[in-house]
Parts: sequence; C-alpha cells; structure tokens
Amino acid sequence: MPRKRAFDELWGTGGGPQARAGFDAIGTWLRDTPLADFARRQASAEAAFRSLGITFKVYGDDEAGERIIPFDIIPRIFTSQEWAKLSSGLEQRVKAINAFVADVYGPRHIINDGTLAADIVLGNPQFCIPAVGAEAPHGVFTHICGIDIVRTGPDDFFVLEDNARTPSGVSYMLENREAMLRLCPELFANLAIEPIDTYPDLLRETLFSVAPHGAHEPVCVLLTPGQYNSAFYEHSFLADSMGIELVEGHDLEVVDDLVWMRTIEGLVQVDVIYRRIDDAFLDPLMFNPDSTLGVPGLMAAYRAGNVAIVNAPGTGIADDKAVYSFMPEIVRYYMGEDAKLPNVETWRCREPEGLAYTLDHLESLVVKLVDGSGGYGMLVGPTASKAEIEEFRAVLKAEPDRYIAQPTLALSTVPTLTDKGIAPRHVDFRPFVLLGAEQVAIVPGGLTRVALEEGSLVVNSSQGGGTKDSLIMAPPRPNPAAEPVEEQHALPYGR
Amino acid sequence: MLSRTAANLYWIGRYMERAEFTTRLIEATVRLSSLSYGADVASAAWESALAVVGRGPAPGGPPNPHATMFNVCKSLALDESNPNSVRTSLAKARENARSARNALAAEVWQAINRAWLDVRDRTSPGGVQATFGLLEVLKANSRGFEGALARMLRHDALWFVRLGSAIERGDSTARLLDVKYYLLLPEGEKIGGTLDRDQWTAILETVSARNAYRLLYKDALKPWLVAEMLVFRAELPRSIVGTSSEVVELLADIGDRTGRQGEADRQARLRHSRLLDSDMSKVFSEGLHEFLKDYVAENGRLDAAISQQFRFP
Repeated sequence: MPRKRAFDELWGTGGGPQARAGFDAIGTWLRDTPLADFARRQASAEAAFRSLGITFKVYGDDEAGERIIPFDIIPRIFTSQEWAKLSSGLEQRVKAINAFVADVYGPRHIINDGTLAADIVLGNPQFCIPAVGAEAPHGVFTHICGIDIVRTGPDDFFVLEDNARTPSGVSYMLENREAMLRLCPELFANLAIEPIDTYPDLLRETLFSVAPHGAHEPVCVLLTPGQYNSAFYEHSFLADSMGIELVEGHDLEVVDDLVWMRTIEGLVQVDVIYRRIDDAFLDPLMFNPDSTLGVPGLMAAYRAGNVAIVNAPGTGIADDKAVYSFMPEIVRYYMGEDAKLPNVETWRCREPEGLAYTLDHLESLVVKLVDGSGGYGMLVGPTASKAEIEEFRAVLKAEPDRYIAQPTLALSTVPTLTDKGIAPRHVDFRPFVLLGAEQVAIVPGGLTRVALEEGSLVVNSSQGGGTKDSLIMAPPRPNPAAEPVEEQHALPYGR
Repeated sequence: MLSRTAANLYWIGRYMERAEFTTRLIEATVRLSSLSYGADVASAAWESALAVVGRGPAPGGPPNPHATMFNVCKSLALDESNPNSVRTSLAKARENARSARNALAAEVWQAINRAWLDVRDRTSPGGVQATFGLLEVLKANSRGFEGALARMLRHDALWFVRLGSAIERGDSTARLLDVKYYLLLPEGEKIGGTLDRDQWTAILETVSARNAYRLLYKDALKPWLVAEMLVFRAELPRSIVGTSSEVVELLADIGDRTGRQGEADRQARLRHSRLLDSDMSKVFSEGLHEFLKDYVAENGRLDAAISQQFRFP
C-alpha cells in the first residue's frame, strides 16, 4: 500500500533541506558533520557500551548470549513547548491510572456506578485477586510508569501503551546521554539541553517517600531475578546509582509479616522493595508455587502494610489493552477533565459497531489480542495476504471479545545513520513518570526507540530495533553577567 | 552488606588471583621447558605444572606422553572443561562480578569484563610466540584488575575481594613450593647445577619474585633461601607469612566495621602466630612437604570458617 511521506521530526513533511522552526542548529550540525565522523563516533559508543557490559540477553539465542542494543548517534530533539505539553499530559494520565488501580482494588466506584463494565476489570486475566483490598502505603500503586508515545504530526502525540508494571529501558536513556556528551560535545555546547542525570535521585526520593509509616531511616532494595535476566544490567545500574542493595529472592525472608534481608551482620528489615520481577513470581505462596525468584510470604507482608512494593502487585490491570481502550473515559472519570494525551483510535470488537467496522476494514487495520504482547496473535492488515485476512476474519468472528483494532499509524521519522547514509527511520518514545507520596516527577527525556530497517515500524530491541538519545531543549535563559575570573596558583615545578 | 554480595566479592578475589597465578605458572614453565634439553626434562616441567594446579599426579610417577607444551598450555589457559583454567577462572570471576556489580567500582568491573572478553574467543594457544602473546595479554589484564582495585573505597567490599585474593595466594604459593620441592632435587642431579638453577628461577618467576630475591638476599640462588623467602619473608606479597598476615588484618578491618568477630578471626590469628614462632630450620627438620600439606589443609578450614562467619549462601 503506498503510504504518504511520514512526518519527520527534523525536516517536517518537506523532506529537507529546511529544518522545522526551532531546529536550525541541529539541521546545520547534521549537514556540516562528515558522514565518516558520525560512523566513527557511533562505533566508539558501541565499543564503550560493550566494555561497560551494557548488554541485554535474547532469550533462546545462545549464540549471541549478550548483545548490545544498537545505538544511533543522531539524537531526537523536542522543543521546550513540545515537552511542556507532553509532560502535563503524562502527569494527568499517570495520576488517573493510579486512581483507577486504587479504585478497582478498593471501593470499585467506577464499576459500581456503571462507567466501566465489571467484566472488563474483574474478568480480566490481569486482575490480581490476592491484591484485592490491599492498601498500598500512601495510596501509591503505580510509582513508575513508562508511557509509550507515538507521533504522527507536529502536534499529534498519541499514547500507544501504558506500561504500569515494571517498565524497563531507563538505563539506556541515561547511558545514551553519557555517550552523547562524550562523543558530540559540540551539540551540548551549542544547544541548551535539559539534564536527565537527576533520574536516579528522583527515583530514590520516590521510593523513600512511599516507605510505610513509622519506618525510621527506611531501607529500600531493588529485587532482581538475577544476572541471567535480560534487563539485569539495568537493575544493577539503578541500584548502584541510587546506592541501594540489589537483592535476589533468596536474600530476603519474611518473618511475622515483616521482610528481612540477610547481611554479613545478620537480618536487616526492608521497608520498600523496587521489584523487577512480575507478579506471577513475587510470592510462591500466592502465585506461581514453583517460582524461586520471589519471597514466600511477601504478599502477606504487603497486605499487612509492612512493606511498599514498587509497583504494587496488580497494576497490570492498567496496561491491559481492553482497559487501554477505555482510558479516555478513565481519565475523565478520575480527573474531571478530558485526557490531554489522546489514545490511538481503538475499536473494541466486543461491541457490535466495533466488530462490524473492523470486519469491513481488515485490510487497513492492526488487530490485536487484548491480553497479547510481543506481536503474537495479531493481524497487520496492510501487509497481510488475502488468505491470512480471511483466516483471521473467521478467528475474529468466533471470539470477538478477545480483540481490539487500531489504524496503522504513519509514525514520525527521525534522521538516522544507516549503511546508505543518513535516512529517515520510524521512532517511538518512552518517557518515565515517577509518582511518589507527595509529587509527580518526570525527568526531561526518555527512551527513543528506532526501527533500523527502512520503512519498518517495529522498534523492539529483540527484533532489531535500536535506541537514540532524546534531547529536550531548555527554554531560553538570559546570559549571566560575565564576572572576572580569579587567577589560579600555578603548579609548582621540580627538577 | 548482603551475605551473597560478600560471597561474590570474596570469590572474585579468589578467581582473579587463580587466573593470574596460573598465567605466571604457564609463563615460567614455558621458559623452563625451552631452557631444558631433552624431551623428558621438558615434559617433566609440564607435568609438574599440571600437578601444581591439581590437574595431574604428583611428580615421580611414569611420564605422561600428553604433557606437551601445547596440550598443557591449552588445558591451563583455555580449556573450558578444566575448572581451574584461566578461562574458567575469568568466566567465574565475571559471573560473580556481574552479580555483585553494584558493590564494585566501575573500573573493577570493566577490568574483569575486559579480561574475560580477551580470552572468550581464544580456542588455541598456538605456537610459542602466540602463547607468549596470549600470556602478555593475560598478565596486562591482571595488572589492570589490581590497578582498578585501588579505585575502590576503603571499606568492606574491597576487604572481601582482598580477603579472597589473600586466601588464594597463600594456597597457590604452598602448592607451587610443594610440587617443585620434589622436582627440584631429582636423583643424581647435583644441587646448584644448571637444571637446579633454572628450576628455582622458574619458581621465582611464577610468584614474580626474581628481583625481590636479589633485593632481599643479595646472594646467588640457593634453594634454602628461596624456600625461606616464599614461606617466611613478610615483605614478599606472595609469601605464606605475608598472605597469612594480610588475612588477619582484613578480617580485623571487616570486624571493626560489623562490630563482631568470630571463628575465622580466631583461626587466622592462631595460624599467623604459629608462623611467627617458627623459622626455616624448624620447617626443614619437621619436613617441608608435611608443613605445606598441613598449610593447604588449614587454609581450606579457614575458607570454610569465613563462609560460615559471613553466612555465605
């Protein structure tokens, strides 16, 4: 299917050579820097990542073992106005998500007054029965959200997905910036870019703020499945930069509904657990009994209010695709105003009109399982064959409740270094939103994922996607008056 | 500090030390075997290298036709099925370092990771020149690791790494001396002969103490003095008394931090004071071999006491 030229975040729809308003400096930089120079810098960044061990593991791929995620040297840039708009939408959305989770595991107003059908929530595989009635310390359930954003035009941002469980990728955001500062210092000298290195401090503050009442000098830990997990680098990186212990399940134990960790000095009580393992593995007494990654009795400690779990068990209900389709209603319900960041238009096949529209437009839609991920059980209409579409039509008619449909979006592109020079590639964006007991914090940046294949819309790192640094320009500031510089003492000389 | 982290750090120390010792053992043996004329003498050198790291019988048995330079270098440096090869040691050190990464300075992790990456894709030591090239890389990486340790905070994480190193180092010196002691005085060979001098030189090179010997003794190579240096000279970092005193100090540092001491402290102090009360003539009169064998066994008990005291999982 012929597609019209996608919106390019640097060149607009014109395809160059005139950069969009506000992007002249970066346009000039891109034109004036020799291609070989970009290639050299990119190779140097990747060598540094490998030496630092910034790798991820690909499951079932023994040969590769640990890989680095391809890094693209050409950054993606937002103006301060674009960012202000995005971040206010993100704050609203995350507050609504938290209120929704607190409600469905608590009083269930949204169901009781008929705004949302009960089966959407209670019949949802993501609904976590052991979490029903549990009150998270300080009422915070979704402490860390990674909201996936796509863009189709200068002012057209959409939420593609809400990751409210254990979103990953923030270490790439931070390491990519480190690489850019080293390799493209001229960029930061010529543009005022918001710093992102405050993220670990903000995260630390968020974690400490939700310690249960009465915890004196709270002890926070990061719970990892261990070094064979694909995101282990990130776990150790975050624990390291926050100065908290990186623990595995067998380092912890629960006694009398209190959580303890085993140290060389004996047992130390734990108040906050930033867990990077899924609900299903959290507590073998409540969930998967075969799990050795979790801690027996942890859910009882959580329900007793003795430990904060970040994010709280059961938050998966908020990033389910069926619930996603109701997010505009959910935001309006809890925030009393319309969602500032729209959803991608979504047809629910459980509703007759949605099903009818979907069946009529299968060739142009993406149809997804509500509880699927990783591209399984889905139909991408524009690239599917006639036979595949007809086969899918039968499946869809048999179980319409399990599906939603969305249009195929013309994702925005960003100039990217390819084998054939600099060319546009499609991107998405994952900013990270922190919700503490007192405040919402959003570090000015995020993870830009880029589909390295020409025309591809698949940005997943396991399928050949790469990452870029995401720069947020600071609002213009007046120059500080030049002050006389004091002379330094010269170094002493010897023989 | 988590008990698991302490165990990771301790084993990083042990495995990195093991990798370095094995590297030096290979290097010294390459030199020794190329200085020796006669295939049987060269082969005996390689057999004894295997014996030092517990991969072959004690010297004196029937000659092993497979103990060639290529085979032994491959086994000691690169063999994945050898649990004590340099490659395996580096792989294990890296696994532990990955797991305890947040307790390590970034430079330490990078040094270990680099050491591992440099052997990961090597499958064969190649000829003599290539073997020397490989050994240079391995030695440079060991020095890189030691240098990076200097970047660590002076606190418990560093002490656990160094405790592992000290325990391992004492162990290897005792093993080296024990095996070579047999080999050093083959029947009919006159003490002080050429072969003898080469053997002692090889020992000194393995513990990187050739210059140290000259500095400390200002004398020609004498087996008695070499043995004394390796056992009783605290100035030598790899001497038995030196590592024993380091273990006592490190355990005391950790004890100051945690506010308690235990069985490991007691054993380490006892062992050290016994060494201080002894000297080379006592050791020789009671038998060097017995002394070394007991030392290795005692070192094993101390290792177990450390694991228990700090609740290693």
